[in-house]
Amino acid sequence: MSEILFQIDGKEVKAKEGMTLLEAAKSAGIYIPTLCYHEKLEPFGGCRLCIVEVEVKGWTKLVVSCVYPVEKNIIVRTRSEKVDRIRKMIIELQMAHAPDAFDLQDLAKEYGADRNRFEKEPSFCIHCGLCVRYCAEVKKANAIGFVDRGIRKEICFIPEIASKECWNCKECFPLCPTEALQAAFVLTEALAGFPAHPEEKKG
Amino acid sequence: MDNERIDQIIDKHHNEASSLIQVLLEIQSDHHWLSKEAIERVAEKLQVPLTRIQHIATFYKAFSLVPKGRHEVHICMGTACHVRGASRVLDAVQDVIGIKPGETDLDLKFSLETVNCLGCCALGPVLEIDGKTHGKATPGQMAEVLKNYE
Amino acid sequence: MNRINSPTELEEVRKQILSTRDPNKPCITLCAGSACHASGSKEVGIAIEEEIIKQGLSDAVDIRKTGCHGYCERGPIIVINPEKICYFQIKPEDVPEIISQTIKEKKVVERLLYVDPNTNEKIVHEHDIPFYKYQERIVFGSNSSVDPKSIEDYLAIGGYAALGKIFSSMSADQVLDEVKKANLRGRGGGGFPAGTKWEGSRNAPEPIKYVIVNADEGDPGAYMDRSLLEGNPHAVLEGLTIGAYAIGAHEGYIYVRQEYPLAVENVFTAIRQAEECGLLGKNILGSGYDFIVKVHQGAGAFVCGESTALMTALEGRAGEPRPKYVRSNVVGLWSRPSVLNNVETWANVPLIINKGADWFTKIGTETSKGTKIFSLVGKITNTGLVEVPMGTPLKDIIFKIGGGIPGGKKFKAVQTGGPSGGCIPENQLDLPVGFDELTKAGSMMGSGGMIVMDEDTCMVDVARYFLDFLTDESCGKCVPCREGMRQMLKLLTNITKGKGKEGDIELLEALSETAIEAALCALGKSSPNPFLSTLKYFRDEYEAHVKEKRCPALSCKELINFYIDPTKCSACTTCARKCPSDAIIGGKNKIHIVDQEKCTKCGTCFEVCPPKFRAITKISGVPVPPPIPEEQRTIVRGGKKDE
Repeated sequence: MSEILFQIDGKEVKAKEGMTLLEAAKSAGIYIPTLCYHEKLEPFGGCRLCIVEVEVKGWTKLVVSCVYPVEKNIIVRTRSEKVDRIRKMIIELQMAHAPDAFDLQDLAKEYGADRNRFEKEPSFCIHCGLCVRYCAEVKKANAIGFVDRGIRKEICFIPEIASKECWNCKECFPLCPTEALQAAFVLTEALAGFPAHPEEKKG
Repeated sequence: MDNERIDQIIDKHHNEASSLIQVLLEIQSDHHWLSKEAIERVAEKLQVPLTRIQHIATFYKAFSLVPKGRHEVHICMGTACHVRGASRVLDAVQDVIGIKPGETDLDLKFSLETVNCLGCCALGPVLEIDGKTHGKATPGQMAEVLKNYE
Repeated sequence: MNRINSPTELEEVRKQILSTRDPNKPCITLCAGSACHASGSKEVGIAIEEEIIKQGLSDAVDIRKTGCHGYCERGPIIVINPEKICYFQIKPEDVPEIISQTIKEKKVVERLLYVDPNTNEKIVHEHDIPFYKYQERIVFGSNSSVDPKSIEDYLAIGGYAALGKIFSSMSADQVLDEVKKANLRGRGGGGFPAGTKWEGSRNAPEPIKYVIVNADEGDPGAYMDRSLLEGNPHAVLEGLTIGAYAIGAHEGYIYVRQEYPLAVENVFTAIRQAEECGLLGKNILGSGYDFIVKVHQGAGAFVCGESTALMTALEGRAGEPRPKYVRSNVVGLWSRPSVLNNVETWANVPLIINKGADWFTKIGTETSKGTKIFSLVGKITNTGLVEVPMGTPLKDIIFKIGGGIPGGKKFKAVQTGGPSGGCIPENQLDLPVGFDELTKAGSMMGSGGMIVMDEDTCMVDVARYFLDFLTDESCGKCVPCREGMRQMLKLLTNITKGKGKEGDIELLEALSETAIEAALCALGKSSPNPFLSTLKYFRDEYEAHVKEKRCPALSCKELINFYIDPTKCSACTTCARKCPSDAIIGGKNKIHIVDQEKCTKCGTCFEVCPPKFRAITKISGVPVPPPIPEEQRTIVRGGKKDE
């Protein structure tokens, strides 16, 4: 595959054709914040936090680096007034759901985000989709999925599958930035009455 | 709904996973809802994960995971009807039937939905009951109109 | 009908069909489009059929049930051919008279004619009626001449001649060049040049390509595509086949909303008929070119009108849009090159091939060629579907064709482009209709919905309405749209309820910027438009809501009160009887008052108070005057008692 040369934050970066800006940045040791990215999963492009400025042929535009394919001779800026302003807003919008999530608090400090800019929302899932995608793409168990759309979108376990698969797995648990996943699991377990598993029964 | 009928529908669409939505639409139209058994059968035959069907069945408004009422009341909330006062008509219907859009009453008599544009803007505000269009609706008429349905 | 095996044979078949049709034979054309259907055209149709038999005219008169004629305000509509005598708002009882007077005795039934509201003149012929006169119905006009279920009707008006032409004398490159030259821009909303889109797919290396018809018309208030697809499905099929040939696709999809069952039905029929005749399917017109078309129904999601979401839905998934960094005409359906265009765009293609790009480019403006079909709805006298050349001033559409605002009300704004568009106020009405002109004014062409609003429409509520719609229809994948709109809706709802605070408007503007810059798809990126355009032209309304808790249009329920003017009330008791909440206190000869605690602001009293009294008023931003004491409410007939 051909090599693509371009610039990120003034630094020359070499990338392979087919890479995304985010992958190229990571390989060059340049940090771009993300919430919904995971190296084992297909890029999602949901949180938009990894948004960066790209200048090509004199025109500047904003693109989401986890899905934007590398192009030769472009100039990428991972921080700018506009980029920071949008990232701040994204963090504040997410903190309406999960103000105490550690990842969000760290990001809030960096971008000066106000956790109280918006009134609190009842659900503390921030829809990064890591749990759903991990279960589908890596474990191929499909025990959890999305339901509904728009502002009513939620994550939802399939109790019959979860009761069989999750007790021995739970690999998605550490991925959740807000622990909304664990809460959803516990709730599903309680409502659906998961059977006790042989290894779990105490003597 | 029996598996034979579901299999029939799936075969008609050549057992292709890309026809998933078309298959579900037919099941919904036949049976007025998507039962758990129907969904599980479709997942099995088309070899698609249950989560995908779960997402589709909740993402698209055409599907219902609970049985619908005998009479489906659709109120048009399109822009033209809105500008002519459709939200007041909706309020009146909610008061009369006692349910909100997306719900079915406890007797399974009425199901209420809002829809966006029935294409009868000249008659706005419009509501459709069991496919029959009632044009130039006013809040005051709602009790009378709904009284006629058993 | 038998299979047609060559373009030459096609013309022979056409000649044959025309030879059996006497242009002077009386033909009753009944509009059977969805809107007329809702007004009772089915019953009228049955009455016509029965009456024709009853009067022994079965051989002497043809009946044709067509698609939508466009003048939906006045349906059901009958046009008597060949004279083109137009009758409106027909009821089954009118039919015997029409048959005996107009068909048998060639006399016009005056009371069923259109009456010009300005001159009181009765107008007989369709082309003289202002609604039709100022239109140029090059695409939509055919609806009145064809029964959508009859391929013979379509052939009789010259249908499939373009298909014959390309297979007999045009290469795929030549077809592509013609469409590029015509500068046909997408009629679905984006306004992207179709020729460029087609070229991108044609040049893509992947051999398997697709063409797709976007019939997921989701803009509330827009129903042009429905009427085109219901009324003339063959025109769309012909255009689609021509496009497939131009890019080298052998498979096409029509994605149509399931909320349009008649369109679905007529499209299926048309496909079957075209296949039987060799105009679709294998070896079209003996050319060796294969092209099949499949129909997919939508399942109730506005976002599936977005091209990448539509393709995802065609793949049998939830319609979540994909990033457009690699365009879908190169990586589209099943990651293959896919040309997706709107119904109206496809319907223009046969015209361009038949009459040439030079003819097409003479219509319209420098950058917007051809015509556009608009659905003119809302607070307008002549609701319906209107086709005008690009460049027509908005005011002509609204006043000359639309007949202005009913009820003597004042025009306030016209909303174009649906939930992605904006409002255009009165001082911009000279604006010529066109893609770039409307975008410059802060709105957009969109699919062609044109919602007219008058002085009673609250513009803040309009913004809230669209945001409410969009939060429901958003796919929910990205933060700027899902969360941004969630907060915008909350803010706007609070403002309409009198709970707006200082700083709310600025926060709404900041959220708008985030959505425009960072949202995943066009739904999200254009979601702030209704708010931004109403703020631009009607900022005073926003400030009144926030600072004075007042709704200038007297519309927002929480900010208005209904008040009976005691000097005007004459105790006719109409309002008290009609009030669904028993919120009016009064009786015979007693001045009525509204019990503000019980009042639900339904507005019924306001509608029913007789115009000669006009005692019921709406007030906003000021406290309701206290009710006059009970003893003073008695009316002494012969002269009202003073307060």
